[in-house]
Amino acid sequence: MKKFRKSLTASMLKSGMSRRAFIARTSALGVGAVAANSVFGRMAMAQEPVKGGTLRMGLGGGSSTTSLDPALIASQVPFHVVRAYGEQLLEVNADGSLNPRLAESYEASDDAKTWTFKIRQGVKFHNGETMTAEDVRQTLLRHSDEDSKSGALGIMRGISDIRVDGENLIVEVDVPTADLPYLLSDFHLAIQPGGGREDPTAGIGTGAYKIVEAEPGVRYTFEKFADYWDDSRGHFDTIEMTIINDATARNAALQSGQVDIVNQVAPRVAGLLDRAPNITVDHVAGRGHYVFIMQCDQPPFDNKELRNALKYAINREEMVEKILRGYGSVGNDFPINESYPLFDDSIEQRHYDPEKAAELYKASGHDGSPIILRVAETAFPGAVDAAQLFQQSAQAAGIPLQIQREPDDGYWSDVWNNTPFCASYWDGRPVQDQMYTTAYLSSADWNDTHFYNEEFDELLLEAKGELDQAKRKQEYSQMAKILRDEGGLICPMFNEFVQAVSTDVQGWEENGVFELMNGLAPVKCWKA
Amino acid sequence: MNASLLKLVAQRLALGLMLIFFVSILIFAGTQMLPGDVAQAILGQSATPEALANLRAELGLNAPVYQRYLSWLVGLLHGDLGTSLTNGQNIATAIEGRLSNTLFLAGCAAIISVPLAIILGLVSVLYRNRWPDKLISTITLASISVPEFMLSYILIFYIGVQLGWAPSVAMINSNMSFFAKLHAIALPVTVLVMVVLAHMMRMTRAALLNVMQSAYIETAELNGLSRFKVIWRHAFPNAIAPIVNVVMLNMAYLVVGVVVVEVVFVYPGMGQYLVDHVAKRDVPVVQACGIIFAAVYISLNMLADIFSILANPRLRHPR
Repeated sequence: MKKFRKSLTASMLKSGMSRRAFIARTSALGVGAVAANSVFGRMAMAQEPVKGGTLRMGLGGGSSTTSLDPALIASQVPFHVVRAYGEQLLEVNADGSLNPRLAESYEASDDAKTWTFKIRQGVKFHNGETMTAEDVRQTLLRHSDEDSKSGALGIMRGISDIRVDGENLIVEVDVPTADLPYLLSDFHLAIQPGGGREDPTAGIGTGAYKIVEAEPGVRYTFEKFADYWDDSRGHFDTIEMTIINDATARNAALQSGQVDIVNQVAPRVAGLLDRAPNITVDHVAGRGHYVFIMQCDQPPFDNKELRNALKYAINREEMVEKILRGYGSVGNDFPINESYPLFDDSIEQRHYDPEKAAELYKASGHDGSPIILRVAETAFPGAVDAAQLFQQSAQAAGIPLQIQREPDDGYWSDVWNNTPFCASYWDGRPVQDQMYTTAYLSSADWNDTHFYNEEFDELLLEAKGELDQAKRKQEYSQMAKILRDEGGLICPMFNEFVQAVSTDVQGWEENGVFELMNGLAPVKCWKA
Repeated sequence: MNASLLKLVAQRLALGLMLIFFVSILIFAGTQMLPGDVAQAILGQSATPEALANLRAELGLNAPVYQRYLSWLVGLLHGDLGTSLTNGQNIATAIEGRLSNTLFLAGCAAIISVPLAIILGLVSVLYRNRWPDKLISTITLASISVPEFMLSYILIFYIGVQLGWAPSVAMINSNMSFFAKLHAIALPVTVLVMVVLAHMMRMTRAALLNVMQSAYIETAELNGLSRFKVIWRHAFPNAIAPIVNVVMLNMAYLVVGVVVVEVVFVYPGMGQYLVDHVAKRDVPVVQACGIIFAAVYISLNMLADIFSILANPRLRHPR
């Protein structure tokens, strides 16, 4: 019975309700799980979006240094801002499928090297101009320019030509790229008038909301854009995003009713917050993962046995339980989990095995000197505690791990990518190809594990252009195994996005691509 | 006599300006010593070598240090604080709003705390070593002993969340009415008052008690004046100098030291602004904030000196 209920709960999770809310409601109604399921089916259908009102969001991850230029997005708040005022060619749905937005439809040539995107007609920019295929072209060119500071530069590099053909935009790539539409869904690539070349920080897009006030690090206000093309979105009259970086203040603002939605709820207070009336804590599995990075070409990590000894010496279950308080799942030393399409769940899960770790450690011939792990809290929340757990579990296997605390300041410039062993995190990417190309391809800009493996690179290139999904899945599975056994990544856990919402916010969806429904909460939700 | 007074004031002013100049060198040197560089910090984990090189060139990080200092100083003298490296905003306009917010918060806290501290100080001298004195000391010392963030969280939890009397997040913006703003900042003002009260109150009390031991106070008492009149008319005017000093110190603290309170209450003031830009190595902003803070601090201290000189004729004639 318990198992049965668990699987039902899992299916409810997918259909958009947190486990806790589901259990609370079914028991409150005093009905069995099956009956409850159908009750909720009806309720979901009965919900009609209500127009009007103001959505107030309390967001962490903002600072007064951010600009409105979509190319420079590197934290949560500018991401949410651009989601409200701008749109990309496509969006990634909760199930990993694509939702065409400014591109009405798309198709690939047989060799996956030429892609044709039909650009939606009659879409207006906030400045009153009509969006054209040329605007799209200029936007993509701006981000792919080698002089560009765009965060999307890396994924644009494979594009060799972008041209306009009437209503169509044709994109050509150097090597077959089956996932190109996913790459173009990147949040940096919000379409701007003239590509945003003249004034990238103008904050003009085609989104459901127009920026009214923009005070970086303080707040952003938006009003509904009257000429927005899609009636099914943008139910609120106005949106207010207030930057609240202090976690306690953020939760207090939600509890006292000053805001309706908060992001980044710390796992250790999520349970407490959920007990408050009128608040639902929502958590959704995502692609983000907390990791320890070994550089494969630096001693002592240039030794495969030592790398694998450390991988067996970490207690993943304990970390998920103690660091994430259960709001996450165990990782398997490659950066992919079940949130990705084409994930292979048959790959054997690695578990804590002190004996095997000791054996491998001995085989590595390491001289017994302390192995230094550099860590700072900025690497990921709980990183220092996680490192200490790692130290203890490694000690049980006879591996002398030594933790070196580093200051948060300058961690990403001085420690990460500059020292052979440190803590880090990844947000994940919409598809496997992008994740691997970003960080594990030999020539990748962010190959922070210094992983150079020819077989892996070849497989990645093959899979990139493979349109046969079954074959592609097999190739990805093979790559995962190589990375898991040869790579320098220790990936003990995938974290969930934990966020809290006032109960009068309706239309909530479970989308784990990024926090707050992949940033679409303000354009898709409404207030009862 | 007036001339000598003017001369003293002019001397203080000149000294203040010189201090600000030296501070500007210190600030500039200090910001150069920060680890990492601004381009790396802006791009964060998503920095590619190309993007880094492009950004560095664009930000002018390749020019030598003394050249950058001089052009900064010249700009400063023209009232031009430059533009923020991270988001291209004009720093002067960005700071304008922030500074007025901080001054508003500090002003509200000062208007409440200064008279309150002096009155409480007077009361505790009046009832010296009796229960009102002890009560005042206990409460003010307790509130200064609790860290600011703790005090803030306690108020947020009980007054903001549980009772709902005042907003837990002090979000203010230009569209709000004056009274709406006052309501919004009720909690941070309370915290600030509690934090600065004890210092000023204790100083008032100590300065008064010090004066109370003078012979002329004894004379006044022997003449049969009431205790209140003795304190208010005879002791207080002579204790003004140290009180003004500590008041100014606390004023300076209210402007430059409220970072924690601003962060906890999400108040859009200078402290929050500075913290954000330090984290991003946005050097021009850090320098601008540093200079403004230094100027506030130095001018308040200068004011305290001048007040003391005015209040105490003996200080006008250096021995």
